[in-house]
Amino acid sequence: MASIADFARAPAPTYHMARPPKTGLMDWLTTVDHKKIGILYGLSGLFYLLVGGLEALLFRIQLAVPDNDFLTGEQFNGLVTMHATTMVFLAVMPIIAAISNYFIPLMIGARDVAFPRMNAFSFWTFLFGSLLLNSSFLFGGAPNAGWFGYAPLTGSQYSGSGIDFWWTGLAMLAISSMVAGVNFIVTILNMRAPGMTLMRMPVLVWMILVIQFLLAFSFPPITVGLILLGFDRTFGTVFYQVSMGGDPQLWQHLFWLFGHPEVYVLILPSMGIVSEILPVFTRRPLFGHHAVIFSGVAIGFMGFGVWGHHMFTVGMGPIADAAFASTTAIVGIPTGVKIFNWLGTLWGGKITFPTAMLFAVSFIPMFTIGGLSGVMHSSPPIDLQQHNSYFVVAHFHYVLVGGALQGLFAGVYFYLPKITGKLLSEKLGKVHFWVFLAGMNLTFFPQHFLGNHGMPRRIYTYPADAGWNTDNMLGTIGVILMATATLVMVYNILTSWKKGKPAGNDPWDASTLEWMTTSPPPVHNFDFTPVVLSERPLWDHKRTPGFEIPVPETSESIHMPSNSWRPMLISVCILLIMVGLLTHLWPLCIVAALGIVAGVYLWVTEPA
Amino acid sequence: MSVHAEAIEEGHGTGSLGVPNLKLAMWAFLGSECMFFGSLIGTYFFYHDHSLAGPLPKDVFSIGITSISTFLLLMSSLTMALGVDAMRRGKALRSRNFVWGTALLGLTFVGFQVFEFHHFVTEKGLTLATSLFGSSFYVMTGFHGAHVTVGVIWLSIVGWMIHKGHFGQEKAINVEVSGLYWHFVDIVWIVIFTFVYLLEFAK
Repeated sequence: MASIADFARAPAPTYHMARPPKTGLMDWLTTVDHKKIGILYGLSGLFYLLVGGLEALLFRIQLAVPDNDFLTGEQFNGLVTMHATTMVFLAVMPIIAAISNYFIPLMIGARDVAFPRMNAFSFWTFLFGSLLLNSSFLFGGAPNAGWFGYAPLTGSQYSGSGIDFWWTGLAMLAISSMVAGVNFIVTILNMRAPGMTLMRMPVLVWMILVIQFLLAFSFPPITVGLILLGFDRTFGTVFYQVSMGGDPQLWQHLFWLFGHPEVYVLILPSMGIVSEILPVFTRRPLFGHHAVIFSGVAIGFMGFGVWGHHMFTVGMGPIADAAFASTTAIVGIPTGVKIFNWLGTLWGGKITFPTAMLFAVSFIPMFTIGGLSGVMHSSPPIDLQQHNSYFVVAHFHYVLVGGALQGLFAGVYFYLPKITGKLLSEKLGKVHFWVFLAGMNLTFFPQHFLGNHGMPRRIYTYPADAGWNTDNMLGTIGVILMATATLVMVYNILTSWKKGKPAGNDPWDASTLEWMTTSPPPVHNFDFTPVVLSERPLWDHKRTPGFEIPVPETSESIHMPSNSWRPMLISVCILLIMVGLLTHLWPLCIVAALGIVAGVYLWVTEPA
Repeated sequence: MSVHAEAIEEGHGTGSLGVPNLKLAMWAFLGSECMFFGSLIGTYFFYHDHSLAGPLPKDVFSIGITSISTFLLLMSSLTMALGVDAMRRGKALRSRNFVWGTALLGLTFVGFQVFEFHHFVTEKGLTLATSLFGSSFYVMTGFHGAHVTVGVIWLSIVGWMIHKGHFGQEKAINVEVSGLYWHFVDIVWIVIFTFVYLLEFAK
């Protein structure tokens, strides 16, 4: 019987690059290796998770007691705007990108992504965009018009330079996401190992594929919205000028045509992670594997037809309201299919509860709470009551914290041993889980009642006799608990990376290809070309008596792409264009644009 | 060489779908571009007839002149197709000439657009800040013009690479993919010319 140890004993083939590999810092700055880029995304995402958490902690301190003056209204608005922008674009999306980058090629049995240099370009453009956005704190104040930046509040007559940093930074993130989307669509569709048919791909790969389509097709509308905003603020166009006939609804449509698919970008990968983890720790295949995949595709597809439910109070008219109400309610069906399938997987399984499984199981009820309040919002008359109240805040935090973030935490505990080769501490992991779960519910559950008792979103303080004191104090205590739990996780990651127990190739007795190679994997990922015969290739290898091991490709050296500084060069030029737009230094824009042309020429003529 | 070791060569392999990576990437990118131009053209029509100040589309458009530039851009798609076809059959010099010819036609189109913008601003008094029409017209057609310009630069480089002998028949995919982009930019203009220019005079 073939065992996994046989693979490790196979003589390792060599690899070669067109140019000698770089070492140390230069290697990290010029890397095109999907694993290193994944680690860079992960570290950035973790950093911004702490930044976004700190911002939340500050404004929760302000809201802890009534009539507080810890922050001014201006500072509060800036922190709320940056908290949301940071968490959505700079924390959750990069952590998703980290998992996609590191694991997609491993899961489909590929050597790298389809376009390794484009992958590096996506990362640097993301990083520079995020730094540009956050540099607003140093130069004239953070953007403070809310993360959805409604016009005409973002116009130059109402908002300061923070909005310029906001639109230029987000435009860079949009470029990064669009390029990454194209890259991963090609990678997943075209780089699969022999036998890895589409329906044999892990559910996580499927969900990542769906969100790449969402990224590629939903970012252009907000890019256009941001361009129009930038032209209004920089070149005097009148798109959002009400006095010139401009209609604020234009921004809202462009923003939410992006914004709602974006919500599914945040949640679908976590659904994929949960779908990978549940089978491993219940020792049974995912219940309704194909139904889980198709429902994910359906959610992604319908995601483009529901944006109007963010705008019921705008007055789009009864026909639009009715259409968006029904599409929104219908999205609940494929979501329900997934929840049913997860429960079906748990049913009768031999369940064990390491930290990854705790987060994955707790994802189900927490996400369902958020999903149910979401279905409530699909009804326009109910939405009119709840709109702009803390009920909505409770809703989307159950989806994004209880759902997306808990799913990603599950992914951290499940997948990090493959990256570091070390197991995380289960003891600290369980502290993280229980403290975080308590903190999350303490903060967000009372907010349902706060909303129904009339507390609006985005107010920086409130009177003592409004009846909101207890729930707000609970919320602040909850945030302190969540922050503590997150720091425990960071400590856990850092200490385990240094001196954790060795994980081995396959610490969880899992079923997918990434556990077939070493932890961490070699530069070329696999010493042999994996051959896939089912949805659970590794279980086939481990459990089928007499199963043939594929012949390792030891005879030939594997060609891997070399380090390249072109991706960063082009990203820097894009950053300089944005800086030129911010400072109205037009020559800088022109020089940087020529730099991009030169960079692209160097790129295409560089030997791979 | 195994399927993916080959496909990793920056898009020159044919992967699991039997389509080269580069071509698949271009199609995905063009899908994204459809949403981009869809949003820009949608913005134009969202604000159609909403301008509070003149001049209006009918006052500025000159169908005669724009028809000429449109014809040139349409013909550039023909030369592009001939250039791709020549490269597939291994006729590198013929391909180079058609690719450079395409870039030249594209450059002429951009020249017409610069002339048109200049004429609108100086003669007709339509600027970015005049009205919703001015804002949405210039930004929409300006971004299309920028795409044509990028295409001109790209095709010039492609022609140069053929000229230098870097792109032969085995790398015909590079010419083909630039052709995909070029045809797309052309199609966007057909939409803009039909719905933005011609329909103004349909009533």
